[in-house]
Amino acid sequence: MPGPRPPILPIRRKWKDGKMKALTTFAAVTLSAGAALAQEKVLTVYAGDYVVSEWGPGPAIEEMFEARCGCDLQFKPGELLPRLLLEGEATDADVVFGLNTDVTQRARASGLFAPHGQDLSALTLPIDWQDDTFLPFNYSHTAFVYDRDRLESPPESFEALLDADEDLSLVIQDPRSSISGLAMALWVQSVYGDEAEEAWARLSDSVLTVTKGWSESYGLFTDGEADMVLSYTTSPAYHMIAEEDDSVAAAIFPEGHYFMVELSAVTSVTEEPELARDFLEFTLSEDFQEMIATGNWSIPAALERQGWPEGFQALELPETVLFYSEDEAAALKDDAVEAWRAGLSR
Amino acid sequence: MLELRDLDYREGGYRLRASLSLEPGARVAVIGPSGAGKSTLLDLIAGFRAPQAGRILWQGGDITEAPPARRPVATLFQDQNLFPHLSLERNLGLALAPGGGRLSSEARDRVAEALREVGLAGFAARRPGELSGGQAGRAALARVLLQARPILLLDEPFAALGPALKAEMLDRVGAVAARLAALTLLVSHAPEDARRFAEATILVAEGQAFPPRETGALFADPPQSLSAYLGPRGA
Amino acid sequence: MARRSLALIAAALVLALTLVPIGAVTLRAGGFSGFAPGDGQALRFTLLQAFLSGLFSVLAAVPVARALARRRFAGRGLLVALLGAPFILPVIVAVLGLIATFGANGLVNRGLAALGLPEVTIYGLHGVVLAHVFFNLPLATRLLLQGWLAVPAERLRLAAALGLTPWAVFRTIEAPMLARILPGAFAVIFVICLSSFAVALTLGGGPRATTVELAIYQAMRFDFDLGRAAALSLLQLALATAAGLVALKLSGGTGFGAGLDRVVPRWDGQGRGQRALDALAIGVVALFLLTPLSLVALRGLPGLALLGPETWVAAGHSLSVALASTALCLAWALPLATRRGEALGLLGIAISPLVLGTGLFLLLRPVVNPFTLALPVTALINALVSLPFALRILRPEAEAIRADFGRLSAALGLTPWAWLRWVFLPRLRRPLGFAAGLSAALSMGDLGVIALFADPERATLPLHVYRLMGSYQMQAAQGAALLLLGASLAIFWLFDRGGRVYA
Repeated sequence: MPGPRPPILPIRRKWKDGKMKALTTFAAVTLSAGAALAQEKVLTVYAGDYVVSEWGPGPAIEEMFEARCGCDLQFKPGELLPRLLLEGEATDADVVFGLNTDVTQRARASGLFAPHGQDLSALTLPIDWQDDTFLPFNYSHTAFVYDRDRLESPPESFEALLDADEDLSLVIQDPRSSISGLAMALWVQSVYGDEAEEAWARLSDSVLTVTKGWSESYGLFTDGEADMVLSYTTSPAYHMIAEEDDSVAAAIFPEGHYFMVELSAVTSVTEEPELARDFLEFTLSEDFQEMIATGNWSIPAALERQGWPEGFQALELPETVLFYSEDEAAALKDDAVEAWRAGLSR
Repeated sequence: MLELRDLDYREGGYRLRASLSLEPGARVAVIGPSGAGKSTLLDLIAGFRAPQAGRILWQGGDITEAPPARRPVATLFQDQNLFPHLSLERNLGLALAPGGGRLSSEARDRVAEALREVGLAGFAARRPGELSGGQAGRAALARVLLQARPILLLDEPFAALGPALKAEMLDRVGAVAARLAALTLLVSHAPEDARRFAEATILVAEGQAFPPRETGALFADPPQSLSAYLGPRGA
Repeated sequence: MARRSLALIAAALVLALTLVPIGAVTLRAGGFSGFAPGDGQALRFTLLQAFLSGLFSVLAAVPVARALARRRFAGRGLLVALLGAPFILPVIVAVLGLIATFGANGLVNRGLAALGLPEVTIYGLHGVVLAHVFFNLPLATRLLLQGWLAVPAERLRLAAALGLTPWAVFRTIEAPMLARILPGAFAVIFVICLSSFAVALTLGGGPRATTVELAIYQAMRFDFDLGRAAALSLLQLALATAAGLVALKLSGGTGFGAGLDRVVPRWDGQGRGQRALDALAIGVVALFLLTPLSLVALRGLPGLALLGPETWVAAGHSLSVALASTALCLAWALPLATRRGEALGLLGIAISPLVLGTGLFLLLRPVVNPFTLALPVTALINALVSLPFALRILRPEAEAIRADFGRLSAALGLTPWAWLRWVFLPRLRRPLGFAAGLSAALSMGDLGVIALFADPERATLPLHVYRLMGSYQMQAAQGAALLLLGASLAIFWLFDRGGRVYA
């Protein structure tokens, strides 16, 4: 996924992990001959780039799951669905970790995925989720994030945001190159419907610029270039927990916020279907769910609010959650992107 | 014998024809107006240009198609006779071993000997840039000596030298040619060079290299094209 | 003969590496698909911004190169070296530096506000062009500087003896030289800017600033429309090739060889007005280029302390990739250092890295796990991308060496090995050092195709910077970016110096 959702543990801890990891890697290389002899089962997981970095949840996931499965979990980072579609049935992937709803329709149609076989009653999502193929592990919502010290009176509704003059500056992401950008296009579509283009035109005065991905936008925001950045309702939790800085907040609008969920799935061509399903089951376990909040800076998909880390419990979350099913989203996507293009080009 | 048989070379609107033969060991001057094709004639013999028609033969063998290094020819160019970034030893060594490997001690001895012969003993480690014009000419001559080919071509190599130095170099060339018993062709515009150096002279003019004539006789009774080139003074 | 067949092999490799991946993508897509409605507009914007960027880069370079050619001052060598920095900086880092300078909250606007003047905005077509000038002005300057330094001293002496005015000197000596060099410089920059994507979008300020490369990215990543991606990248390739051929035809053989720290003695331009003009040109360009760089460095300092072991591992990978790709690039460039070779080399920067990477992935995948090859493939692609620059640097000198020493070598019958070992390489040493430095630095800073293949264990430094940014680690990312900047400059300086040690 371009940009979003970072992972991390507080900085001091992270260093230690990094050093440990280098040692473990070294050990793994030197011991690999022995491991091959033991005929250990290997689970290959395709995951986004951000997952596998030293700052992502990957290292923790690997450690926790390997401890319980007695297998070797190998992450392959990079693009998820594009690569899977290129590889087709020859893919090495047993599990794909981190898909978004904007690609599930295409993923399902590829025939490369199998039912996950998990009990969905444990899910604690703000929407009803009945998908038998794609299993959520964490979620968030699109939101405009700002710094209370720099912006004293943020807009209180989407409508107020559109009416803001050019003194309010926003950075957003391109819906053609970024998942969060596409989510915003759908967000505007669901709030304004046929008037989406008009809404974008009203917003255009405030849009300082559009970036390729989330990282560039967030970098501009932290550099003080813009007042607000298109990000997630969970972004403030990072600053609260990792930086002990409570000045970053997400503006919550009564019109509602677009729901973004991350999913995992088992491939239909896996040679380790049981192990793959064990992994999906593991993503719903309490251990995983407690880790993923600060591991991936998102809200756990199967954990009641009282189980969330403190910084997350303190988050302001929207009462109205907007979401298009994959079929609706697929039908609306082109219109939503065109409304964005036409509205901002005026 | 070096034989140019019905040689015909064309480039754009320019044309040079030659039909002549030269004895081994002869010393021949090549003179003629600027742009008439003196250098072109040498290039054809050395293999830097290919004729459209005709053959070149050496001792009866056809060398028309042979690459420059396979011909029995050593050339002293107008300039760039030595690689400026290499020592004299390495420069001359390449004449003995074109593969560029390490020089054997025998090869080094031969290089030192050749340098001594041209009066440059002890100069092996110098680069061409550290030499005077005359010394550089002598070093190039040492290179020719090592190549030891039976044909020696000189394309005005000493044009930049003063008269005394040039005379000295021509004598050295004569000595080297005699040592190698080489057929020597010297391009020059100066009639006195031809008189001093060569028993025979080839006139290149009007798109043609005329067969050699005895030098003294040629200047005593120049054809029209030569007297036009030499002017009233030269005759 | 051997030389000729080597050139043919090198040329075939370039062609294969550019066309075969496009072919693989097209084949996988089952043919080309048509262009989308927005593509026409994207094409227009792409051409417009590339044209303006090339134009302003070369125009701005004229006074700067002239000033550097005829002045000697303390720090001149350092300035010439630093001038190369923007060119080798990773895009995202440079953009953040530019925004810190010219952005809404940047130095310039804060200065204007302090003076009570209205703000200026960097976002828009002018911002895109400004950024591209920032990246490419140094390249243009070095190209032109070379032209100035190649003006024979005799001609300047004659001009001085005749007492020509500055304007007359310009008309009789400098203008003809510029006419030969400017088209080539313009074309290279035009082609580089054709495939701009992140810069154009971020500074363009919105969907109006859509480029063809963005359309390729969208087709590839979001629409899974490989056929459209292949068609678009062929279009891009055709534009670049056309631009390159036109420029080569116009520009003759002058490139930017060695000898940049040499000042040809000049007798003109000693008037007070000329001196002031030169001081102004050098001052303005130094301020323009060095301010964003300094901000990148300043902001990166605190982040240096946050760098973990993964950063150093990534830096090690980048270094080995850079060295391998430099060796490869030079080996490739030597047989191709001819006029035709240079035209062919332009393909390297003209092809979309995304299509190239995807095509290679499709080709490699049935044979071998592409991930294990991530670093070698990156080195190979970086070598391909650096090739046009290496050829621009090496070709004029290589041709001169062949012209000067080809006959002597043929007369001696030097073997190809002896020619290379004793003549070609030693004579080519200075431009080789410069080309190696540029290629190594470009490879260090380039994200390249590694993003499509990278394992956690095989990240390079630019990829690591992106991963840090993707993980809220903005400060650490700025630290890593500073490390990258320092490493790129150091490796460039070492190679460039190495070429000048003797001769």
